[in-house]
Amino acid sequence: MRIGALALQGDFREHLHVVRALGADGVEVRTADELETVDALIIPGGESTAIGRLATIYGLIEPLRDRIEAGMPVLGTCAGMIFLASGTLRYEQPQLGVLDVVVERNAFGRQVDSFEADLDVTGFADPVHAVFIRAPWIHKVGGDVDVLAAVEDPETGESRPVFVRQGRILATSFHPELTNDTRIHELLMEVD
Amino acid sequence: MNTSASERGTDLVKRGLAEMLKGGVIMDVVNVEQARIAEEAGAVAVMALERVPADIRAHGGVARMADPSIVEEIVGSVSIPVMAKSRIGHFVEAQVLESLGVDYIDESEVLTPVDENHIDKWNFTVPFVCGAKDLGEALRRIGEGAAMIRTKGEPGTGNVIEAVRHMRMMNRQIRQLTVLDENELMAAAKELRAPYLLVKEVASTGKLPVVNFAAGGIATPADAALMMQLGCDGVFVGSGIFKSGDPSVRARAIVEATTFYQDAGKIAKVSRNLGEAMVGINIDTLAPEDRMQDRGL
Repeated sequence: MRIGALALQGDFREHLHVVRALGADGVEVRTADELETVDALIIPGGESTAIGRLATIYGLIEPLRDRIEAGMPVLGTCAGMIFLASGTLRYEQPQLGVLDVVVERNAFGRQVDSFEADLDVTGFADPVHAVFIRAPWIHKVGGDVDVLAAVEDPETGESRPVFVRQGRILATSFHPELTNDTRIHELLMEVD
Repeated sequence: MNTSASERGTDLVKRGLAEMLKGGVIMDVVNVEQARIAEEAGAVAVMALERVPADIRAHGGVARMADPSIVEEIVGSVSIPVMAKSRIGHFVEAQVLESLGVDYIDESEVLTPVDENHIDKWNFTVPFVCGAKDLGEALRRIGEGAAMIRTKGEPGTGNVIEAVRHMRMMNRQIRQLTVLDENELMAAAKELRAPYLLVKEVASTGKLPVVNFAAGGIATPADAALMMQLGCDGVFVGSGIFKSGDPSVRARAIVEATTFYQDAGKIAKVSRNLGEAMVGINIDTLAPEDRMQDRGL
């Protein structure tokens, strides 16, 4: 299986390291031609504004949208989740709009509020040790979106999704690529 | 999940933010307008300053942390991370910057040092980036708690030669460690003047335990791509953008060259018609007391 990581900016090498360890062929994707060669795609952590801008000027928005809408499995982490989403609270920025959620950027606060914690995930026997870095959460989910993990909003007590699935699209607020837990990458490889 | 049971300010969380900045450009800015231009151009973070290094050099005297009102305004004006500089050893400036909501502190030789000792960075929740000219310096800073390293190229000169030297030195010293016998590592640590356990870690992994960016003297898209090809994880651009003829166009070009650093055709394309680059300074003409990289070893 050939898995691409969108390599415009961010920690794409960490993702490729994980999928290669799982036996997949991991490749960096920076162009529409490179995108054509992969069976699945990871959109890494990074700065969503930088990734969105580079994807726009290098003509990647339409090819990405077409491949994902045609059923290519995709995993977006943190900035990747924001880029997949259909909208962002307060900010206007380039997004693919293939995942029917509205995200809130920097939802937990600034870097001093970044944290790591154990997180219960639907379908996983043991919790995931999740690393949240200036992380987004999901403000609003659409009808076809399954929430696999959520946190409690410390201010309102509302439940805020941090791991969702919509068909073959997986998105996390946190960074599975920064820990040794490979279950979320395995999920991407097995998605059907 | 109860997020109050979670842990903040851990190594993973501090080093993790630097991981997210990789492949990106961090730009020096002195006001809200410049910060917005940087964000719009695709910067992954901004460094909030009172003066860019070229002006600090020209101004002379003691250079200190920026006025908190400048930092605060910039923090409130962009969605990307905001960094700010404290003087080497000035832990109270660092405490102040942390209280302002800064996302990373650069304990920087661009400002005037106040102590032979660096800040004990383990005491902070906010992460720190520090400059290093070689592996020993990098591992000493990591030993003090730095979560990110950058080269210490001569700031405010528009001349990338020193950053290149530092990166080559770092790469060479890391390669040398990886071929040593395990019982040679203590002597190597002594020679590098670096903590033994970190030396041992680098010898076995063949890389620094934290992200390493290029900084100092980067003025053109080709400079940024040069540092990336030498193995840097990303690029700081100080005076090079807002001291140039057309900051917005140059900022975008440097961002694109940092992503497509192996693609000479794309670097050529973005390097066209950028207007005046900042005026450079030859390092040989700097008096020893004007060399900022020799501060805080």
